[in-house]
Amino acid sequence: MSLFVDAWLWLVDPLNWQGDGSIPVRIAEHLFYTVLAVLAAALIAIPVGWLIGHTGRGRELAIGISGAARALPTFGLLYLFVMLVGVTLRGPSTVFVLVLLAIPPILAGAYAGLEVIDRRTIDAARSMGMTEWQILWKVEVPLGLPLLIGGLRSATLQVVATATLAAYVNLGGLGYDIVQGIALRTYDQMLGAAILVILLALLFDALFAVLERYAVPRGVRAGRDTDVRTTPAGRRATADVTATT
Amino acid sequence: MFTARNKGRFAMTAAVVGASLALAGCASGDPLAPDTDSDAPSETIIIGSQAYYSNEIIAELYAQALEEGGFTVERNYQIGQRDAYIPALEAGEIDLFPEYTGNLLQFWSPDTTATQADEVFAELQTVVPEGLQVLDQSPATDQDSYNVTAEFAEANGLESIADLAGVEGLILGGAPELEERPYGPTGLSSVYGVTVSFQATGDTTVESLLEGIVNVANVYSADPRIGQNGLVTLSDPEGLFLASNVVPIASADLPQEAIDIINAVSAALTPEGLVALNVQSTVDQLGFAEIATQWLTENGFIG
Repeated sequence: MSLFVDAWLWLVDPLNWQGDGSIPVRIAEHLFYTVLAVLAAALIAIPVGWLIGHTGRGRELAIGISGAARALPTFGLLYLFVMLVGVTLRGPSTVFVLVLLAIPPILAGAYAGLEVIDRRTIDAARSMGMTEWQILWKVEVPLGLPLLIGGLRSATLQVVATATLAAYVNLGGLGYDIVQGIALRTYDQMLGAAILVILLALLFDALFAVLERYAVPRGVRAGRDTDVRTTPAGRRATADVTATT
Repeated sequence: MFTARNKGRFAMTAAVVGASLALAGCASGDPLAPDTDSDAPSETIIIGSQAYYSNEIIAELYAQALEEGGFTVERNYQIGQRDAYIPALEAGEIDLFPEYTGNLLQFWSPDTTATQADEVFAELQTVVPEGLQVLDQSPATDQDSYNVTAEFAEANGLESIADLAGVEGLILGGAPELEERPYGPTGLSSVYGVTVSFQATGDTTVESLLEGIVNVANVYSADPRIGQNGLVTLSDPEGLFLASNVVPIASADLPQEAIDIINAVSAALTPEGLVALNVQSTVDQLGFAEIATQWLTENGFIG
């Protein structure tokens, strides 16, 4: 029988949906590491990205560091940290490694969002008498939001795919079914779990696509679309903005 | 993102993906099986090994012993696990491979009831596929075993796996697949009446045992860390684990002269000798070639 049919049967088998280590538990573990890592990375990378974008200082350094961080092999790093800090701290080690993976795209999205804003817009805000904080919060952050969400979107996709590695250090997640399946030659289980990871990734991607769409300030949307009254709901303008991410 | 221009491309991608799914549906059985029409056996003896350092050392023993006997050898090490290399052996792409009797028997005959060394070896010879042969088994073993720390053994009076039956809150650690193996939690319960919960500690099994994350750990019996950390290996009177002696698996057309050399190496390799070889790798950090040369010289195969 086809492997895909077997994988489907594995996915819908009620036995795989109950008890310890069942599909819902694995999905929950997977989501837990993904959300935790992206949140932690966002808390670090967004303020730093905005600082760089607003002041225009430290850009070269940020590009250099985030470029280097992208090249780090996550799997090797995971083992290194678990061996360095000991197996009792394998949870924090895993999240830390995923955070390192998520920082570069979020950082890039945060400062690039501020950097692409027309300097005349910011000059206008300043000449109106806005303080630096007001410029940041009322002008730069709203205008940079679509690119920032693009960065979060790319970070989440990478983390949701890489969180499968957690299984190698006894932390479960959907990777567990894949790792166990390799040794047991249960291809239905491996493919079934892989499909679930893909579905999770697609779900997150769709969620962020919607967020990105609503993140475009109304003024920008109206300004970019010359035929506001004749095209339905400014659809083209949104498409243009998201295409740049 | 979804502009009109991209819609055509999306439709095409969907068509390609659909077609490949349909094609994949036609393939039957093991999706990872290699093509069977491989090239004919050559004069060179191709030796493979698992991606397991101890296995690679044994493969290197074979290689250097054969070279000393005048054969040309090609080393194809670190192939991975059984699923990856058995098809290559069956297809004749590899001529010689160090294996372990119990685990190999379970691969071809998952429902086997044999557990003692001689039973396992006898049954293994009956299930070997055509074109392959098993040579003599070595006294050296490297098999699954359950281990506890010395303190835990003393506190609970543990000597054999059966002694675990009265202990509450046992957590078993091992590779993820142990959860489903016949000697895993299910076997512990049905053979010894021992109830355990399971943690997939994988490569961190020994560390997890020492840190107390698990209190029973599945470690290979030839692992030097058992001795280094003073672990207590629980005896297995009911034969939960299959005996797993080192055994070479070879293509059926391996020259008799080569078979004689390999059988002599197998006979000389003892359980203690195998642990000592592993120590040279993990503790003394010697290279595999160096370890093999040293052992073959000491045992009179070289020089």
